[in-house]
Amino acid sequence: MALTLLRGIRTPTLLRANFSLLCTTQRHPLAHFTTRAESVQTTEPKAVPKSIQQATKEAAEQKIQGFESVIGIETHVQLSTITKAFCSCPNNYGSQPNSTVCPTCMGHPGTLPVLNAKVVECAVKMSLALNCKISMTSKFDRKQYFYPDLPKGYQISQFDIPIAEKGYLDVDIPVEFGGGHRRFGVTRVHMEEDAGKLLHSESGSYSQVDLNRAGVPLLEIVSEPDMRSGIEAAEYGAEIQRLVRYLGVGNGNMDEGSLRCDVNVSVRPIGQSEFGTKVEIKNMNSFSAISRAIDYEISRQILLYKESQADQIVQETRLWDESSQKTFTMRKKEGLADYRYFPEPDLPEVVLTGEYIDEIRNLMPELPEAKRRRYENIGLSMQDVIFLANDDKVAHFFDSTLEHGTDAKLAANWIMGDITAYLKDEKLSIDESKLTPLELSEMIAYIKNGTISGKIAKEIVVDLIAKGGTVKSVIEEKDLVQIADPAAIEAMVDQVLTDNPKQLEQYRAGKTKLQGYFAGQVMKASKGKASPVLLNKILGEKLKGSC
Amino acid sequence: PSDHQSPPTQSPNPHTLSLPTSKPQTPTRTGVRRRTSPPAAAMPPPLQAHRMLLSHRRASPIPRRRFTAVSSLSSAPAKTLAPGPPASSILSIRESLLSGERTAADITSEYLSRLRRTEPSLRSFIHVAAAAAEREAEELDRRIASGGRDAVGPLAGVLVGVKDNLCTASMPSTGGSRILDGFQPAYDATAVRRLREAGAIVVGKTNLDEFGMGSTTEGSGFQVTTNPWDDSRVPGGSSGGSASAVSARQCVVSLGSDTGGSVRQPASFCGVVGLKPTYGRVSRFGLMAYASSLDVVGCFGSSVFDTATILSVIAGHDKMDSTSSSHDVPDYRSDLASLSLLESKPLNNVRIGIIQETLGEGVDAGVISSIRSAASHLEQLGSVVEEVSMPSFSLGLPAYYILASSEASSNLSRYDGIRYGQQVSADDLNEMYGDSRANGLGHEVKMRILMGTYALSAGYYDAYYKRAQQVRTLVKKSFEEALGKYDILISPAAPSAAYKIGEKTNDPLAMYAGDIMTVNVNMAGLPALVVPCGFVEGGSAGLPVGLQMIGSPFSEGKLLRVGHIFEQTLPDLSFVPPLLADD
Repeated sequence: MALTLLRGIRTPTLLRANFSLLCTTQRHPLAHFTTRAESVQTTEPKAVPKSIQQATKEAAEQKIQGFESVIGIETHVQLSTITKAFCSCPNNYGSQPNSTVCPTCMGHPGTLPVLNAKVVECAVKMSLALNCKISMTSKFDRKQYFYPDLPKGYQISQFDIPIAEKGYLDVDIPVEFGGGHRRFGVTRVHMEEDAGKLLHSESGSYSQVDLNRAGVPLLEIVSEPDMRSGIEAAEYGAEIQRLVRYLGVGNGNMDEGSLRCDVNVSVRPIGQSEFGTKVEIKNMNSFSAISRAIDYEISRQILLYKESQADQIVQETRLWDESSQKTFTMRKKEGLADYRYFPEPDLPEVVLTGEYIDEIRNLMPELPEAKRRRYENIGLSMQDVIFLANDDKVAHFFDSTLEHGTDAKLAANWIMGDITAYLKDEKLSIDESKLTPLELSEMIAYIKNGTISGKIAKEIVVDLIAKGGTVKSVIEEKDLVQIADPAAIEAMVDQVLTDNPKQLEQYRAGKTKLQGYFAGQVMKASKGKASPVLLNKILGEKLKGSC
Repeated sequence: PSDHQSPPTQSPNPHTLSLPTSKPQTPTRTGVRRRTSPPAAAMPPPLQAHRMLLSHRRASPIPRRRFTAVSSLSSAPAKTLAPGPPASSILSIRESLLSGERTAADITSEYLSRLRRTEPSLRSFIHVAAAAAEREAEELDRRIASGGRDAVGPLAGVLVGVKDNLCTASMPSTGGSRILDGFQPAYDATAVRRLREAGAIVVGKTNLDEFGMGSTTEGSGFQVTTNPWDDSRVPGGSSGGSASAVSARQCVVSLGSDTGGSVRQPASFCGVVGLKPTYGRVSRFGLMAYASSLDVVGCFGSSVFDTATILSVIAGHDKMDSTSSSHDVPDYRSDLASLSLLESKPLNNVRIGIIQETLGEGVDAGVISSIRSAASHLEQLGSVVEEVSMPSFSLGLPAYYILASSEASSNLSRYDGIRYGQQVSADDLNEMYGDSRANGLGHEVKMRILMGTYALSAGYYDAYYKRAQQVRTLVKKSFEEALGKYDILISPAAPSAAYKIGEKTNDPLAMYAGDIMTVNVNMAGLPALVVPCGFVEGGSAGLPVGLQMIGSPFSEGKLLRVGHIFEQTLPDLSFVPPLLADD
């Protein structure tokens, strides 16, 4: 059967999209190519740390214990170009297996790669954002290894002359993790192509190859070993994701594998100059997982050190297992893998001009770091700063609101509070909201001048997000103008006090907390329109007077 | 290594280069034999004779420079085999089609019947698409009959053989390898597509050394092709099938590929014209890669004019090959004047350098004298011929084998049995890779993959691959220098004429040494044309020797012009093999 399937993918037939198209490599029990997902239980060293909590705690106390961890990250960013890197197949996520393939990305005989210019543009954008030195002339190389998801038997990548080198990335550590500003070095940025995907059958008796992803453009970003904790590494990754999204070079979705982080972790006694043995961790699908995986790994390694079993820390690739919150050996590295890199003879060198780079530089948007510094300068708290700059769409909404003269803190509060909460519930993004920055600023102005109360505004804002329209029309339509007439409020207060003699009695007996109850009743009577300030003032006076 | 110049493998006594006396020079109907004395490689013909030669040619129409030209030089009479200097078969076909003298079906059937008759002994083709060719010919006849002459392409009715490492959507394409047995590509190689668009009829896929790795076509995974001049000898390689098919007129012209001499050496062995264009002149898209930085698609014809016609059609930039050049493509035929229009010294002002290092030790004496005699002929045509020394010449061969093998080790990784081609079932992945490749790939290919893998390995890269690249730069520079002084450099295309089947199969170094004349040209990316120029003793009618002419990048026009004049004025030699005596 598998053979028939295999024939199904061959040559002209496979170009017919409706065929079902999985190319199969059958009957190769998993020894080799299912290791990525499997073998998880096999080679765990005996000394397993006692518990996660303890491990995490120990990680946090690592410095006290006299150890330092060293972390470097390799990030793969899928570029959302319309077509693949070296052929004109569509670059779509989630298509039917083997439906976005052609002879070139399937590695058929005689095919040649042709570089998609958009890939270079994205690489230059990203390199500029990472403050890198861009190589005016770079080249492609072949990285060679055999694997069924690699159709040509080599990956087109860049080896000794990457498109950019020697950059850095500034991040702000969230306040809840201690805060602070960090700068992490970026060693290099290079362009390469993604491999296909293996789909393993449930029985494990065969595996299938989906080549839709083969040839999808990637940027590999390699950091300096500058990070010292899980949270620093997670923040570094999150900042890369922000850059990818700000620049529009990719979607940065970790769950789709559009952004993948491989982390190298080693520990060493403080004072030791050479690095400890580094361990690579893969399979983390969120930044929080990155942080937890690293902290776990640090504590695992420190524990081995402390138990004089440092020789059990070996150069290997470990997988993060979300369910047990542990890392497990995936494969031990037998010496250095020899990829036999050599210059890709099918592609000419990539030669850039200063003009080309300037053109791209001039079109770069304001990046998250610049935004954060700007927000900081207008007096927002670090928490607000980090929140607002996190998503370029949110930041853009915020900036547009400010352009209408709105107070920054008030705008920030609305965006971070009610608006975000509502959008989150409805699973919408801010650019899907029908609320415009102009209307938000209008609404804030109405609150400020007393036309509506904050409480009313909370209702209005939901309406505006869902249905759009202007604040003014919603207020008028629903008759929501605040009751700011003291006489009218006084009448309502009187009515409430009259209607609740029992509670008034209790109040007089000293249960002054009941003032809140009365206020609520009045607000209810006014259908929420009573000015809270006036209401509280009048109610207070009345209650005092009634004692 | 200094052993790259093997002793001459076939060493006829240099004093016996005259015509075999056992067979008198009876002019046959077809003129398959050298027609007259003097002996090929003896004295250069006196200028007188040469002039006479020029003057007794029949007058031809004024050359016209469009594809629609009926004739710009003597085309062969309707019967394709005729005595005299090689005439353009393409023009002759066109003429007879457009004049209504013959039908495409008629012409196709002539070639096919010759193919059927000769193929059992030659085995030039891995796949023959006779029925398809007949169908296409009939279709063409219908178009001509219905008055669609203007829609008839420049190669209408021309039967083309295509080396089997060029992809064809309508025929299997194996690259000569068992691992691709039965593989049928999803697309036509650009060169093939352009031929088809020009009206050519692809008659079949020609045999080759597996993936182009070899110099004899013995390295084919399927069959051994023989030399039309002597069926006990190799046709050369790796494009041996393409060369022998044209030599035996099984097809009109053919496509080959040349990584280290794979078009030029078989052209020399089989007595046909072979052109290796400048690197990038012809798209490689659809050519199964052997060594990407050296590979070029080349072509064979029985005349320079036909070869030029094919180049005009297949050359040019291709968006599917980023290493293809956007350099202008001239009509390469336009400078190929009819004999009657040539001046007495048509090569005045042409400076020719004869590469000293190619006429020394290890080169067959008969080959040397053929080349020297060709040089004298060029001198008589008005050119200045001088010896030029290229000291780095001998460095090229070892460097070539390192670079070509390195790239091959990578290019052939895709033949893993996973997606296409022959797969051997096994219990685990590595075993499946190993068994599929062990089973599907031949000995020579495996050897080169191993050499290349070794040369690219960590710790060896600098000593081998990088050093070889440095040698490549040296070779390039020395050619640049020499081509600064000379318009054209000449040399043999191979150190010997065709040798016996099996003679070198167990001695790879001797086999590799045979590439000494050609590999440097690939390293420098230059164009080179091989034109038959003489004979050495061997077989029943002597064995052809080719003259290699090397030019600067994109100087194909110049090479073809000189080659054409050389060929048209070369006295008294006919390069139609004895195999066709019965035609």
